[in-house]
Amino acid sequence: MAAEPAGARVLEAIPGRTPLLSVDRLSIAFPSGDGWAEVVRGASLTVGAGEVVGLVGESGSGKTMTALAVLRLVPEPGRITSGSVRLHSGRPERGDTSGVELLSLPERELRRVRGGAIGMVFQEPAAALDPVFTIGYQLVEAIRAHRDVTRAAARQRAEELLALVAVPEPRRRLDAYPHQLSGGQRQRVMIALALAAEPRLLLADEPTTALDVTLQAQVLELLLSLRDRLNLGILLVTHDLAVVASTCDRVTVMYCGEVVEEGETAALFAKPAHPYTRGLLAAVPRLGQPAPRGKLPTIPGQVPDPRLRPHGCAFNPRCAFVMPICRERHPPLYRLAGGGTARCFLHDPEVRIVEGIEAAHGVPASLSSEGTPSS
Amino acid sequence: MSAQPVPLPADRAPLLSVRGLVKHFPIRRGALQRQVGAVRAVDGVDLDVFAGECVALVGESGSGKTTLGRSIARLVEADAGTVAFDGEDLLALRGAALRRKRREIQVVFQDPWSSLNPRLRIGEAVREPIAVHHLAPRAEQAGRVAELLRLVGLSPEMAARYPHELSGGQRQRVGIARALATGPRLVIADEPVSALDVSIRAQIVNLLAELQARLGLAMLFIAHDLALVEQLADRVAVMYLGKVVELGPCSEVLARPQHPYTVSLLESVPVPDPGHRPRAVLAGEPPSPAAPPSGCRFHPRCPIARPRCATDEPALLPVGAGLAACHYAGELKPEWKHSGAAGVESGRIGPLAGPDTDYRTHLEGR
Repeated sequence: MAAEPAGARVLEAIPGRTPLLSVDRLSIAFPSGDGWAEVVRGASLTVGAGEVVGLVGESGSGKTMTALAVLRLVPEPGRITSGSVRLHSGRPERGDTSGVELLSLPERELRRVRGGAIGMVFQEPAAALDPVFTIGYQLVEAIRAHRDVTRAAARQRAEELLALVAVPEPRRRLDAYPHQLSGGQRQRVMIALALAAEPRLLLADEPTTALDVTLQAQVLELLLSLRDRLNLGILLVTHDLAVVASTCDRVTVMYCGEVVEEGETAALFAKPAHPYTRGLLAAVPRLGQPAPRGKLPTIPGQVPDPRLRPHGCAFNPRCAFVMPICRERHPPLYRLAGGGTARCFLHDPEVRIVEGIEAAHGVPASLSSEGTPSS
Repeated sequence: MSAQPVPLPADRAPLLSVRGLVKHFPIRRGALQRQVGAVRAVDGVDLDVFAGECVALVGESGSGKTTLGRSIARLVEADAGTVAFDGEDLLALRGAALRRKRREIQVVFQDPWSSLNPRLRIGEAVREPIAVHHLAPRAEQAGRVAELLRLVGLSPEMAARYPHELSGGQRQRVGIARALATGPRLVIADEPVSALDVSIRAQIVNLLAELQARLGLAMLFIAHDLALVEQLADRVAVMYLGKVVELGPCSEVLARPQHPYTVSLLESVPVPDPGHRPRAVLAGEPPSPAAPPSGCRFHPRCPIARPRCATDEPALLPVGAGLAACHYAGELKPEWKHSGAAGVESGRIGPLAGPDTDYRTHLEGR
């Protein structure tokens, strides 16, 4: 990538794991003024079978665009400018190692993947359910679009799906129209729809954001139980760290179009390695542990517009640990000793000594080598 | 309608005193638009807010919390009940008298994208309430606007900008400046941070807390996020289907909830600490406020409901340090997954506040 400084150590996709989905150095651009602005820049992530991966970020972070790009659904006039999105069988024993490249798949075949091997769940059930058809009709259509079965068999399967997502009285609900269902039930029906073709992977974009907490808990519980029963891989796009903490095995954090940190959920929450992740975690009030009134830790400044990405590290204007190099050079992703990666010069032992942040930030000179750059 | 009086501290009178407030929205059907029912959005609520205190209204959608706030601000007209502000019945006020009182009660709305006129410069938006209420002579208005912008942490140069040039957090600051322009004594903040990015929310929450303390404002904070409520509120009122089911000091209600609904709500809140699976304590969804259940409105979903709950409506009665409307208040105990210190002790949570002198130690092992 042109923006990478010379000699930067950019991470390759995580080795030693056969994922279901691997997104590699994906970039997405939108026209801006007389050029193009990268709203997603070199984003990589993986989702394994039976794994729930959280894709976290704020507005403009590129999380939704990244998820949409998986199925080439980036809205016009946006363009996927580079990168790779591969869908694997999730069964390495069958000799599938490279998977299918979705970004170059012919549109006809891609349509079989959408709603087929990859199911989708959105924030607004209203957007996915057609108000003029019954729930049963829509489910039957979805099933028959991907499987060669009779209408009767599909209807039987539709009823099973509604039962699977714990919609009460599934047979009766088949004849209901979307508006006759409550918000929580519509969300369940949408999940049933996403599961119609027995997908291996579920893309869920803010699936519980529009729901009340008691319903949110039900839907998250449902997603986890489906993962357990069907060995689904789930990419959960969300802004809510609490949702991530309670459901995800791994987390990818995006900021201003870039992946800034990735890691196992427990490790990332215990020791966030990027100052942004750390600030974000601190800024979320925790029930039972209120900060003194008016003293909730904050991240100063505003969420940047990805079209106006600051030079060097995109987070540098808001960062409490900013060093001169952060304003000059774009940080690569560093592999962390305890697993995971972080896009921050704090993890470069050379940089720390060269830049002398001890003086600036009161960090003792005896720095351990917790951050080893990947090669 | 519950007429149970709320116990008042003897030494002071509330700034705002709501009694038996009812707001029903008619449901009309057919060619003649005959009323066939009513959504009982607020169904007999008593609530006091004292000067300088922050009372949170919490509940799920359909609980009536927003309608209650709007009825108090007279953005919707209540059907019954009284709203006394500083001893005067707001609901009886008309014309100039109402306008005068409105100055003292202001609203901060949830969505900073739709609550500002896109064609009005920020300075104009903040100046408008000052001009409408004749609060300063024309020549002094610009100075007052600059002062208000500074008060909410914006540079006075922002006055020349348009809303689309501002970020969500900045817009919400403008919304707060507008609300403060008239020098209110009560601010009704309806989900003021729900539409904002996580990193911006904390800034606005701190601003509200700071302004409340500095200006001695009373605040009615309408929210669904209990952790935020804990951060801001002195007292909390929990609403379910148009009624207050629990009311008390914030720290008490969140630590020792008495009503099974409050317990369930607390248990459902996802915690930003890994290892907790969300616990769906409540099955189903709140019934429609157009047809609330008999007896206790919560009984069809209540984990400890008994036959009596289906027939007798419980009154809001003193329990522990507050009030709860439950025949079996205090019987359902929370599982204490939220009881704070646990996460910190196990070392999962890094230090939350304070200067970072030990970032190096913090990073060890990653």
